[in-house]
Amino acid sequence: MYVAVKGGERAIENAHAWLAEERRGNTDIAELSIAQIREQLSLAVNRVMAEGSLYDPDLAALAIKQARGDLIEAIFLIRAYRTTLPRFGASEPVDTGIMACDRRISATFKDLPGGQVLGPTFDYTHRLLDFKLAADGEVPKAPSRGAETGTVPHVTEFLNREGLIEEAPHDDTPPPDLTREPLEMPAERALRLQALTRADEGFTLGLAYSTQRGYGRNHAFVGELRIGSVPVEMDIPELGFAVEIGEVILTECETVNQFTGSKTEPPQFTRGYGLVFGQTERKAISMALVDRALRWEELGEDNVGAPAQDAEFVLYHADNIQATGFLEHIKLPHYVDFQSELELVRKLRREAGAQQVQEAAE
Amino acid sequence: MTEYNFAYLDEQTKRMIRRAILKGLAIPGYQVPFASREMPMPYGWGTGGVQVSAAVLTPKDTFKVIDQGADDTTNAVSIRTFFQRTAGVATTTATSDATVIQTRHRIPEEPLHEGQILVYQVPIPEPLRFLEPRESETRKMHSLEEYGLMHVKLYEDISRHGHIATSYAYPVKVEGRYVTDPSPIPKFDNPKLGDMAAIQLFGAGREQRIYALPPYTQVVSLDFQDHPFEASKADHPCGMCGATDSYLDELIIDDAGGRMFVCSDTDYCEARQAAGHKGKDAA
Repeated sequence: MYVAVKGGERAIENAHAWLAEERRGNTDIAELSIAQIREQLSLAVNRVMAEGSLYDPDLAALAIKQARGDLIEAIFLIRAYRTTLPRFGASEPVDTGIMACDRRISATFKDLPGGQVLGPTFDYTHRLLDFKLAADGEVPKAPSRGAETGTVPHVTEFLNREGLIEEAPHDDTPPPDLTREPLEMPAERALRLQALTRADEGFTLGLAYSTQRGYGRNHAFVGELRIGSVPVEMDIPELGFAVEIGEVILTECETVNQFTGSKTEPPQFTRGYGLVFGQTERKAISMALVDRALRWEELGEDNVGAPAQDAEFVLYHADNIQATGFLEHIKLPHYVDFQSELELVRKLRREAGAQQVQEAAE
Repeated sequence: MTEYNFAYLDEQTKRMIRRAILKGLAIPGYQVPFASREMPMPYGWGTGGVQVSAAVLTPKDTFKVIDQGADDTTNAVSIRTFFQRTAGVATTTATSDATVIQTRHRIPEEPLHEGQILVYQVPIPEPLRFLEPRESETRKMHSLEEYGLMHVKLYEDISRHGHIATSYAYPVKVEGRYVTDPSPIPKFDNPKLGDMAAIQLFGAGREQRIYALPPYTQVVSLDFQDHPFEASKADHPCGMCGATDSYLDELIIDDAGGRMFVCSDTDYCEARQAAGHKGKDAA
């Protein structure tokens, strides 16, 4: 009998072999290529890059393939890989004002300089299953026109000119790095935003939704949502100036929130901010709402005890790699602790039983 | 895995972890925040212990990994294989031969000797966590040595149950200063924590904390004068080796609920059997 708990090593090897087979599925069906995943499951790729904190569509596609489509598992693969990468330096801050926008909408103005650009969105599609796709994925070519060039001003700048929205003062302090320093409380806004941008999409969405339903309500308008590519520049010490090293696609969301003023601040609109790798607008909007809710203290608002206002609660539970690891670790053997609990419960029951017998006798 | 550095982590990361370890050793029982990395195994599966082991291992070390006291539990196998692959260190199951022992939930039965390092995997390093969920609060409580809440909890246990109803992860006080979580070892193991010849390092990856007990540190399990701490275990000898002084696992051996008790420390049990000791269930 005792032998039955042995053999962990062989069990693990066999489990891995079976897993590899299951991942591949029926070999009569053509294997997925990394390029297919990258091109045709690009929103999954974007989520893996965003929450994996590593911008590399090919690696993200590989991770999705290896993880059998389990995105949290894929994010985990990317995070673990990221650990091994040396840190050469940091880029200059990217300028989203010069973003080449594929999509740019504002819900607060009917029209605005730079225009409303719907871009490739699901928004106005009717969610009817397209059975044609089951047979044939060919699509007619979409109409196109030349890209807009030049800067696209941020909507909040227009409001700022009138003093209707809170100032977002320029700050050159290098932000803390969540991946190089332990998260410590209280966390300043830069650190909170960093945690939120890699936070689990579902968790962030749920929290953001809770603020809309009254748990820390701060009615948010989407001042602007933009998606597009921005150049990334890095200062090369040998050259003495910054050079462009590539481009990343980002989703940026700025919310404009109602605010009737507090003890310390006049009535004005306030800001929530979301910035996420890739086309990830659900996440970026959620992030902006949660960011705004977490700012209650600096705006002199009341803490109404809403989950989204509680920075410790939000930041310590938003990382899906931490969460899933700890959650799933309860699958590991715990029989030593369980044994000590067994002894304790038996002892307490024995004593409780004896007491009852005695009371009955009395 | 040739593309990875010795023991997986790069040297800068190891240096950062070593600094946290040294700080931990300098302030026994104090939880040192460190910039825990994502490891290739999940958080909650020993990433803190793995990072500490990676930071202390040298190519000359002999490494042992136990989970629940056993060398052959699946996660122990997985972690041992990881370091075989990434560090190429010698591994062993013999407690006395190991220079670094990574453990989850147990302290080996055989007393450790000077020069050895015992690395614990820690899920929740904060002993006050289930009394106060906020990290900002618990850190304040530690710095003010404000441990009244913990004593009240233990007292309430006694008034309700007649006993302290904590059977594992039983809190200790280190060198009369910090209340510390010994990781989820059964309280049977608590007396081994104090005055140990080996260095004890505790790594909590997800919670980003490292703490340590230098050799021969005073470690006292919290109790009351009239309710002294009691290390407990199943009241049986080991069915395989007959040991009466070891922590036991309870195995259910048939459909009628028949049980046998065996040492949870597999190395201890096997060594005793090899030396001719026999329990009542031994073949």
